Amino acid sequence: MAGKTYNAGVKEYRETYWEPGYTPRDSDILAVFKVVPQPGVPREEAAAAVAAESSTATWTTVWTDLLTDLEYYKGRAYAIEDVPGDDEAFYAFIAYPMGLFEEGSVVNVFTSLVGNVFGFKAVRSLRLEDVRFPLWFVTTCPGPPHGIQVERDKLDKYGRPMLGCTIKPKLGLSAKNYGRAVYECLRGGLDFTKDDENVNSQPFMRWRDRFQFCHEAIEKAEAETGERKGHYLNVTAPTMEDVYERAEFAKQLGSPIIMSDYLTIGWAGHTSLSKWCRKNGLLLHVHRAMHGVIDRNPRHGINFRVLAKMLRLMGGDHLHSGTVVGKLEGDRAATLGWIDLMRDRYVKEDRARGIFFDQDWGQMPGVLPVASGGIHVWHMPALVSIFGDDSVLQFGGGTLGHPWGNAAGAAANRVALEACVQARNEGREVEKEGKDILVAAARSSPELKVAMETWKEIKFEFDTVDKLDMAHR
Amino acid sequence: MSEVHDYPSRLSDPASRKLGTFSYLPQMDADQIHKQIRYIVEKGWNPAIEHTEPENASSHYWYMWKLPMFGETEVERILAEIDACKRANPGHHVRLIGYDNIRQTQGANMLVHRAPIER
Repeated sequence: MAGKTYNAGVKEYRETYWEPGYTPRDSDILAVFKVVPQPGVPREEAAAAVAAESSTATWTTVWTDLLTDLEYYKGRAYAIEDVPGDDEAFYAFIAYPMGLFEEGSVVNVFTSLVGNVFGFKAVRSLRLEDVRFPLWFVTTCPGPPHGIQVERDKLDKYGRPMLGCTIKPKLGLSAKNYGRAVYECLRGGLDFTKDDENVNSQPFMRWRDRFQFCHEAIEKAEAETGERKGHYLNVTAPTMEDVYERAEFAKQLGSPIIMSDYLTIGWAGHTSLSKWCRKNGLLLHVHRAMHGVIDRNPRHGINFRVLAKMLRLMGGDHLHSGTVVGKLEGDRAATLGWIDLMRDRYVKEDRARGIFFDQDWGQMPGVLPVASGGIHVWHMPALVSIFGDDSVLQFGGGTLGHPWGNAAGAAANRVALEACVQARNEGREVEKEGKDILVAAARSSPELKVAMETWKEIKFEFDTVDKLDMAHR
Repeated sequence: MSEVHDYPSRLSDPASRKLGTFSYLPQMDADQIHKQIRYIVEKGWNPAIEHTEPENASSHYWYMWKLPMFGETEVERILAEIDACKRANPGHHVRLIGYDNIRQTQGANMLVHRAPIER
């Protein structure tokens, strides 16, 4: 490298950071951004600018550049592709060398990848679509506290999706009335009930009271049904000291599972809690409040598949993934892509599902996707087809809104679920034959029959805002 | 307003106890069990049979009936073992398992015989 001399001033980024002949190494972290450049900025220059600003560069040359091996440390934009259906945007593929990052630190990786660059003037908007984490990075991250197989063993639930329900109204119930709603759901046949994300420790229901009443509900429902049950006790709190105090109390009671919100609690705090869960043997349910702020705009932010990968690395046993069929946003192919990224050991590149890179998870356990929001018994055939066994299906209104109450609502969901699983195992096409399957099951379940009459007409047919990029038709 | 029905589950009633997957459905007949066995076999899982006294059903561990039938793909033979288990253990619940050794879990675990409960 001798012979390099210092020339002060501003250079075009592409002279240093655009390297179209580069073959990525197995150890590189790879990222693909959707870039909309400012008018007049060539694609190569915009891509190189993103690579530069998310790795080593600042806006001008500095003499200390020459004290390091910039050739090694720089991020490289190595490919550019058109975005189907969008003439202004393009995909920029960038490779980052392993030496840029702290081992096991998701926080560090994203402080680089989605740091200053997102406010950078040369690009009008920027979206991180996918990241390939090399195996060395995966193995330095803690990963899920338990994983899918261990959860099944602990709870003794096999061969079917698990069933849950978020207790409503989400705010305002007293702890004792809240516990009543939990008990009714669990005795009716659900595996789990759940605190809503913003149920923390408000004046109407302090956390300790809620934990105690919910735990009594679990114990009685377990004795009554002979099955193992859980309630996701939300330990989200203003400080980590409070989070740990609540988690410790949940453990003392014997609760099998707690929950928190990984985006609002912060990634370092979340990772610490996840490690606590493995150490103390509690499952960790992860909610994703705020994700819509980050992932919904198709041209700016971070795609949810990246947020999902990130959560698997930091640790969590359950993660909300969207339902495809309910009241909340969710493109089917894209959802199928990221639920595989949560669960599988190796996921191949598949553009039809929005997956840009092969991803090897090594031996890291998987995360159970949670489908929750606006779903009811009529959605069951589709949900079983989309999510398969390794999932949690959560019916809030679809349990609590049953005309005969929560227990009947829970039983209706459980019967519908088991009927769909039985039919699937028999080789029937569950989605196509869904109506016949449910009608037949309702003959032996008056609870299901009434549920089917109650929710027959409800549909959510708004178009999805965050769709996979597709060519114009 | 239509009539509201009571949910008839009771701590005091042993018949209220549930037994995992398919325990909320009517007991399967031979033909239905046949199809479920075929599902397990076609998945390449190893079938196994377990049984228990109803009062001990909430334990993780039921009694194994012999050993898992490693490599058994003959549906009729598996069905015959379920019958043999039932005959040898009257009054016991019986479940059928499909061990998935690749994913190190039970791909299937279903109730195939619910013992009649005396009230």
